[in-house]
Amino acid sequence: MEEYTLLRQFADSWMLLALFVFFVGIVVWVFRPGASKEYKDTANIPFRHQDKPAESEEARK
Amino acid sequence: MSNYIKLIVLGLVVVFTAIGSNYARDLAYQVHSILVMLIAGGLFIWTLRNTDEPDILVDRSGEYMDGVIRYGVIATAFWGVVGFLAGTFIAFQLAFPVLNFDWAQGYLNFGRLRPLHTSAVIFAFGGNALIATSFYVVQRTSAARLWGGNLAWFVFWGYQLFIVLAATGYVLGGTQSKEYAEPEWYVDLWLTIVWVAYLAVFLGTIVKRKEPHIYVANWFYLAFIVTVAMLHLVNNMTLPVSIWGSKSVIVWSGVQDAMIQWWYGHNAVGFFLTAGFLGMMYYFIPKQAERPVFSYKLSIIHFWALIFLYIWAGPHHLHYTALPDWASTLGMVFSIILWMPSWGGMINGLMTLSGAWDKLRTDPVIRMMVISVGFYGMSTFEGPMMSIRAVNSLSHYTDWTIGHVHSGALGWNGMITFGALYFLVPVLWKRERLYSLQMVSWHFWLATIGIVLYAASMWVTGIMEGLMWREVDANGFLVNSFADTVAAKFPMYVVRALGGVMFVAGSLIMCYNLWMTVRKAPAKEASLTVAVPAE
Repeated sequence: MEEYTLLRQFADSWMLLALFVFFVGIVVWVFRPGASKEYKDTANIPFRHQDKPAESEEARK
Repeated sequence: MSNYIKLIVLGLVVVFTAIGSNYARDLAYQVHSILVMLIAGGLFIWTLRNTDEPDILVDRSGEYMDGVIRYGVIATAFWGVVGFLAGTFIAFQLAFPVLNFDWAQGYLNFGRLRPLHTSAVIFAFGGNALIATSFYVVQRTSAARLWGGNLAWFVFWGYQLFIVLAATGYVLGGTQSKEYAEPEWYVDLWLTIVWVAYLAVFLGTIVKRKEPHIYVANWFYLAFIVTVAMLHLVNNMTLPVSIWGSKSVIVWSGVQDAMIQWWYGHNAVGFFLTAGFLGMMYYFIPKQAERPVFSYKLSIIHFWALIFLYIWAGPHHLHYTALPDWASTLGMVFSIILWMPSWGGMINGLMTLSGAWDKLRTDPVIRMMVISVGFYGMSTFEGPMMSIRAVNSLSHYTDWTIGHVHSGALGWNGMITFGALYFLVPVLWKRERLYSLQMVSWHFWLATIGIVLYAASMWVTGIMEGLMWREVDANGFLVNSFADTVAAKFPMYVVRALGGVMFVAGSLIMCYNLWMTVRKAPAKEASLTVAVPAE
């Protein structure tokens, strides 16, 4: 099979499916149980460590 | 030891560019050779004088690396004014052709200055804003100092050298004639080196982060850095005609070349001017509003949807060309689907203010950020509409496109950058507040009215021009000559140039205000910063 046709066929079928599944997977994963609590913490990252880096592991909290 | 390697490299560069200055086949290459020779020579002497001096190692791991960000803020403001001035000047050149001075023909006429303007605002103003804010944001949200020590300084100065080489190259005729990718092969190679260093600094900082999660702004910045690297490499696959000349030949040909150019061109918009600046939005709007982003879940979906869709939108620049119809239809469809993530992101930015809308009355900085998100919503509505083939047949090649680009660039990119600068300067120079909020208000209104004048006049002239081009009489003959449309556009061109003057005036007020903030605003009391508990 010619190279273009082969690549085109792959892009139109398996690659399309893989990208689509990956994307839907992300949307599902975002709404997993317990996500809200975790994201609440993540969304507050900009309000920590404004003046200097965290010094050690326990400084994280 | 590293100084010896530096000296060898710098010495070789000096020798090479000295030969280049002599054998140069064209003016742009010659000027660039001399310029690089002088810079490398200066660095050689400077390095030599510091070699074998005792190293004084100071442990700075307990503080953020803000020096390079301060320089970045200054460079952003400086290049912004340069780019806006160039744009306003070429706007007047279009209205009054006599400004294409006879004595400067071939150097300062519209054709030479137009890429200078676009590169100055996109790459010099926008690029410096992105580099400076990304360095700021990645440190704060990772709770870690920038990785790579002085590599960040190399990124900053290397990028300035790229800007100077690109800008002087355009004026002297060194261009490969690809829109937004005009710099010739050796400038492209230099940018590649700088960009790899930028990626290393950014990624290195993320890798050594102390926060368990990577904040969403960093995802957007990272997508911007990685994608721009990919676009830059593929669109600049050229073979130099001679190693002593600036001319090169692109390896792609025909419609493939056009498609790659607009795959690059549209993703320069999608990843340079959108993803990177969304990174700014996701950090600076929550900071200025003092509340976390409206929905973190939405921000993740926004990210993945945006990068999955944008990359396919390029073909909408090639409707009714040799590009197969299926490809331009694909680009059009993806452009329209892009409405969803774009508006999702806009809603996420705007709704961050929910419960704090009163700040719009009292804080002109947040007003600036909000109107930038508003312009983002407007231009991401207009863009997909213009990508529809039927609309494009009217709008393409007209000034409507220019108006669309400027409502996005001045409104969205400009305003969010101004907002970030107003946020950053007091923080970086440890001032309690800005010098004058009233001046911020003046800047806000001058810039906003300037953009409205710009966009409105370009809508009128663009649609008028499109209609005039397609007008046929009863016998099927075209009614208007091209010169007729040029004459009809004159009043709108004057209005557009005046809009530009207002925008420049606003940016000059900003520069004065920021300068006075550093000079005159009360310093933040040291005791206050020390007293912050370790949470």
